[in-house]
Amino acid sequence: MAGVVPAIRIQREDFDVAAEIASLTQGRTDIGAVVTFSGLCRDEQGALSALELEHYPGMAEAEIGRIAREAVERWPLQGLTVIHRHGKIRPGENIVLVVAASSHRQAAFEAANFLMDYLKSRAPFWKKEHLADGSEGGWVEAKEADDHAADRWKKPRE
Amino acid sequence: MSTKLIYFAWVRERIGKPEEDVELPAGIETVADLLRWLRSRGEEYENALQYPDVIRVALNQEHVGHREKIAGAREIALFPPMTGG
Repeated sequence: MAGVVPAIRIQREDFDVAAEIASLTQGRTDIGAVVTFSGLCRDEQGALSALELEHYPGMAEAEIGRIAREAVERWPLQGLTVIHRHGKIRPGENIVLVVAASSHRQAAFEAANFLMDYLKSRAPFWKKEHLADGSEGGWVEAKEADDHAADRWKKPRE
Repeated sequence: MSTKLIYFAWVRERIGKPEEDVELPAGIETVADLLRWLRSRGEEYENALQYPDVIRVALNQEHVGHREKIAGAREIALFPPMTGG
């Protein structure tokens, strides 16, 4: 929907999911659905002590902005917030947040899903593992499944 | 005109620096040409770029394919497939 400007934040600090929902919905009576997706750091059965997220400053904001604007064009959203953290993140902590608000649930569900699929394969972030035994675990490898997940949103060429 | 090259993740680690300014020699027209030229600059570049197909490239902070022309790009970033989200 024209007029919706996605809020994009790339930050080291944690975020508050409830506060982010409230900032989209406060003072409004036209929103009927809010879908949030939070991505957290997991410990891989105790093997992992932290993830180090490297990012490309400038391009990270720009690329997520491009993806978010596409979402706003494709679905009738009334609000959209995307937050991606960088730096060292411990198991149990937040990594990424998408909040999509719309009149009816389908648009919010689909837009949040689309955003996450595209973030995975196009947002310039890289995860390095730190292992519980103190060693460096190396860079997380990209999954082909994530590319396929993004491909399914491609529109047929007219 | 010098071009700023920026490296991330294991591309940065293998090349051994986060960024550098280079003068591109004549004849370097596309991203693929750039990758080929960089590989000839030393063992660390060869090590980082030995499988050019997996290297992702951004021109002025936008994703591009390897056939893209690089004419006039101020900033070219090279990095592995992304793993955010």
